[in-house]
Formats: sequence, C-alpha cells, structure tokens
Amino acid sequence: MLKDQDRIFQNLYNDLGPDLASSQKRGDWVNTKEITNKGRDWIINEIKDSQLRGRGGAGFPTGLKWSFAPKEIGSRPHYLVINGDESEPGTCKDRDILRFEPHKLIEGCLIASYAIQAHVCYIYIRGEYFVDGQKLQAAIDEAYEKKLLGKNAAGTGWDLDIYIHYGAGAYICGEETALLESIEGKKGQPRLKPPFPALIGLYGCPTIINNVETIAVVPTILRRGGKWFASLGREKNTGTKIFCISGNVNNPCNVEEEMNIPLKELIEVHAGGVIGGWDNLQAVIPGGSSMPLIPKDKCETLTMDFDSLMAEKSGLGTAGVVVINKDQDIIKCMARIARFYKHESCGQCTPCREGSGWMWRMLERMARGEASRDEIEMLGDVTKQIEGHTICAFGEGSSWPVQGLLRHFKDEIKKRNKFDPIVKENKNIPYLVDQHLLDKNA
Amino acid sequence: MSLRRPAKDQPDNFEFNSSSMEAAKMIISKYPDGKQQSAVMALLYIAQKQNDNWIPLAAMKYIAKFLDMPYIKVYEVATFYSMYNLSPVGKYFIQVCTTTPCMIRGANKLVEACKEKISKKESELLKDKNCSWMEVECLGACVNAPMMQINDDYYEDLDKEKTLKILDKILNGEKPIPGSYRGRINNEPENNRKTLMDIKNA
Repeated sequence: MLKDQDRIFQNLYNDLGPDLASSQKRGDWVNTKEITNKGRDWIINEIKDSQLRGRGGAGFPTGLKWSFAPKEIGSRPHYLVINGDESEPGTCKDRDILRFEPHKLIEGCLIASYAIQAHVCYIYIRGEYFVDGQKLQAAIDEAYEKKLLGKNAAGTGWDLDIYIHYGAGAYICGEETALLESIEGKKGQPRLKPPFPALIGLYGCPTIINNVETIAVVPTILRRGGKWFASLGREKNTGTKIFCISGNVNNPCNVEEEMNIPLKELIEVHAGGVIGGWDNLQAVIPGGSSMPLIPKDKCETLTMDFDSLMAEKSGLGTAGVVVINKDQDIIKCMARIARFYKHESCGQCTPCREGSGWMWRMLERMARGEASRDEIEMLGDVTKQIEGHTICAFGEGSSWPVQGLLRHFKDEIKKRNKFDPIVKENKNIPYLVDQHLLDKNA
Repeated sequence: MSLRRPAKDQPDNFEFNSSSMEAAKMIISKYPDGKQQSAVMALLYIAQKQNDNWIPLAAMKYIAKFLDMPYIKVYEVATFYSMYNLSPVGKYFIQVCTTTPCMIRGANKLVEACKEKISKKESELLKDKNCSWMEVECLGACVNAPMMQINDDYYEDLDKEKTLKILDKILNGEKPIPGSYRGRINNEPENNRKTLMDIKNA
C-alpha cells in the first residue's frame, strides 16, 4: 500500500477542511514563486521527467502536451482550459478535488498557465456539480483576496484570471474540442483534428486542455521533484492516481493509490471485498464505462495502469472501477451502458448517432432472450462500423464496452438467444449497407 | 441523442428581473470582448432559475437579443443540453441516476419510490404536486450509489425506504438535508478506512 506521506490528496475525505489556511498547512501555495522563478523550461522538463500522463482518460503525456504551446505569445493570447466535465459512469474523482482540494487545483492552474503563457484560465465544470463548483468559486474568491490570483499572482509576476464555466448535462463536452465549442456558447459537438487545440483552440487561439486531477497534482510534483513521482508505479505509468471503486463491493470508495496496484488489492483491501465474496465476482469495468470489461479469471492478477490494461485489450481510462458480481445480469448491465451512449451521442456523425441506438436496442433484446443467433455477429459488426469512423473518440467509447461483452460473454448471450435468423438462407453478404463490398462480389 | 421538445403552452414575454440582469452582466464580463456568445449557457441557466425551473421560448428570444446572436443559435444550445428544461417541472425537480453503477446497487427501487409518491410517469407534473421526477444518466457520484439529485443538491447512499422519507419531506414543502444517507462522510470507505488514518484521528 502507498505510504500516507506519498499521498498527494491529503484531504481526499475532508478531514482537514478545504479552506486556504488549512490548505497552506498541507503545503499548498508555499513558495509558489520559487517554482515559477525556475522558469518555464524547468517546469515543463520536470513534468516530463515525472512521466505524468493525463488523468482524464486518454493518458497523454502532460509535459509533452504543454511543450506544444507556442514558445512566444503571438497576436493571439494563450488559454488554459481545465476539463472538469466528469461524466464517465463509474468516475467521481474530480468532484472530490473540486470540493476538498480546490487550492491544489488553483495553484496548479497558476503554474500551468505560467508554463504555457496563458493569462486566462477557464475551468469547465459539469452543470450537475453546481454545489461543488460553488465551493471551488469560494476558494477562487479567497485566492483573489489573498492576491494569489489576479495581477502578479502569488508574487510570481504573472497575471492570471480564473473563471468557472458550467456545462449543462452533456457527456460529450468532456471531449476537449466539444468542450471548447461549449465554452464558445455553441452545441458541444467535437471539432475535426487537426488543427489541434494547442495551436487553434478556444476562440481560435492556442489552448492547452488538461483534466482537473492532472493539474491538481502538478504543484506537488514540482515541490517534491519529478524523480519522486517517477519512483512510484512503474515506467511510463508513474505516480499516484485516485481510483473510484463502485458497484457490488462492500465499501465503495475513492482512494488515492500507486499506479500499477493489483486490482485485487484495490477491491479486497480498500473497498472491503466483493459482495458475496471474491468467488461471487463476475466482471470488472476497470476504467469507466468506455473501457471493455474484464472477466473474473483475469482480475486475479491484473495490475492497474495504462499499459498493463491495454495489454488486456482494455484501458485505465479515468480509473473508475465498476465491480459487477454474479447477482447481476451482465447483458443488462451492458445494455444500460449502451443506453447511456445512445442518450449522450451528440448526433454529428452518422455511425455514432445511429449505431449507438442500434447497439442499445439489440442488447436490450439480447438481455430478454429475444434476439436471433445471427444477431450476435451483427452486433459485433455494428461496433466495428462505429469504431474509428467518427470525428471523436465517442465512437470507440460506445463500441468498446459492447466488444468487451462479446469477447468475454459471448457464450452467455448465445445460451439465451437461440432464435433462428429471420432470413434463413446464408447469402454470405455483409450485414450492413456496405454497397461497395456487394459490387465487388457481383 | 435524445429528443427534446419545447412545451406547448408558452408565455408571451420574458425579461430578466434586476437580480438576473446583474448576474448576467457579471457572467458576460468573464469572456473576452466580442465573445459574449460564450455566456449563453449561463444566461439560459439564469433564465431557468428565474422562471420556476424551465425555459420558455420567449426567454431564448430575449437572450438572443441580449447577446446579439441569432435566435436559432440559442434554441440549438437550449435543446442540445439536457439540463435545460423546455417544459414546466416541479419546484422540486428530482433526477434519479439509473446508469449502470447506480443500477446494480438498486436504482430501480428509487424509481419505484418516485412512481409511488409523485407520479406514475416520469416528467409528469401533477396539479396538486410541487415536484416532478425523471431518470437521468450518470450524475458522477458513483461510489455513493444509488443517488438522486433534487434541484442543485445530491442525496446519496439511498434505498427505497430512505427515498420515500425524502420525498415525503419534499411533498410537505420541507428541504431534506443533502449528502449521504448512510451516515458516512463523503467518499470514504465506510468503517473500512485504511488510509490517512493519522489525519482522521488527529
């Protein structure tokens, strides 16, 4: 288990209070000036040395992202945008940072803004977290009062203003370019990339977008050194991470742990074990609903980091661990996730808009045992047609959990769905409307 | 995508009252000059608060003029985001999360409770009731599942019995206390905490 002194979020359970005075006692805002005095290059290099990877789901190296910002401010100002649109089912870590460790986030914003030369920072918070956003606003107001923000923020010589922008219940706004659209006052529909936001982002200006947790760990990394952070976890999967363990466990909780921690330890030690005992475990969704589930036999030895989960054809995502035990109907669970994606698709790309609904309806029928045998293959085909054929990663996010179900629980679906196909003759034609493939065969 | 339609009965006029006006001007000042369109989401939210929790078309037209942007752009935003109510909802607006992490911990029991106490169908505002309910997607409090949101507040770690009690309070016009209903503090593992114990016991 990670030693308590190596935990970055000492106030994760709000034992100490989120206000400025108690945050300062925990080490926030202590000599922020000394950090910025070491210069931009030092900050970015230290973050690169720490091998910090983005905590929002994609795991992109943070230092590298910052280095994409133009070195000089041109005619357009730079922006820092913080992504707090936490909506991935199974994930509730950013909420705790917003309400219990707001000063870690605000100080991180100042340092990151200095590193990428932004004078304005927008924090995008999902609309449902209004109360938690108000707590962050109170912390921001306190920081302004103590001259930690505004002109010459915290004596660093850098001017910074932080504003909160509330979302209004759209999961897709967690996608970085949809988030920018949303801040610009439009529908949250993702943009084509390139151009990447680091060059053309908010209002067409260079913009760096980071997750709440990513930015909140930055001050601690710079104080204790990139080497310290890199010494935790394993290579390229370093540091600590807040895991959210929900579902069929005895003590669902948020806990900060070292990367590469065994999944079994997370569940058994921190979350008090699976309801009904370890043998009652059916499957685990390791990283929020977009990540393919992992069946019980693999959970025994699985370790939780970006690369080891990728090797299992899943991913760490946001580290929202959803534990599903044998009392649950796994097909129904996945059908509900498919309904989530059907509801949240922004409707811009046809494969996702239509496909997410197909997947949901097929899974609902499969859960009731009303699907025909051939539909199982058809469902797999639909996921393949969505994946990789959309503007943003929502296509992958919605089709991967279904693929995970088909990969590990196909027998269960087959057992339940035995109807004969509606069209019996095997014509050997593709299921979807792939006209070009038909023409080739003709 | 979800289909969202504005209400049939619409008021003719809408105008910000003085406190809304003040809040709106404050919001616009957050964004660069000429980028006042960014404020549309917050302004719709202000209009919703002022107008008993829903946004009439007249408010969209008003905001469009206010921000100097086409009406259809405001309409697009209002219909895209699910938190804008396009038809009247209760003074207490109850949103029950039923996405998988809540579902496997018994969110359907919460839905049952709402059906018993408030209305058979979701999003139905009965004349003698001060509240309405609906199922929503993940509200981001998964380790406190099952949970529901009433107006701005989260009610966590619920079961059917506790939900019925909360709904009773609301129907009586009282405001129940938000937070966990199993007596635990925030997101800590109940009776099983292994980390940061020195701080807890200090």
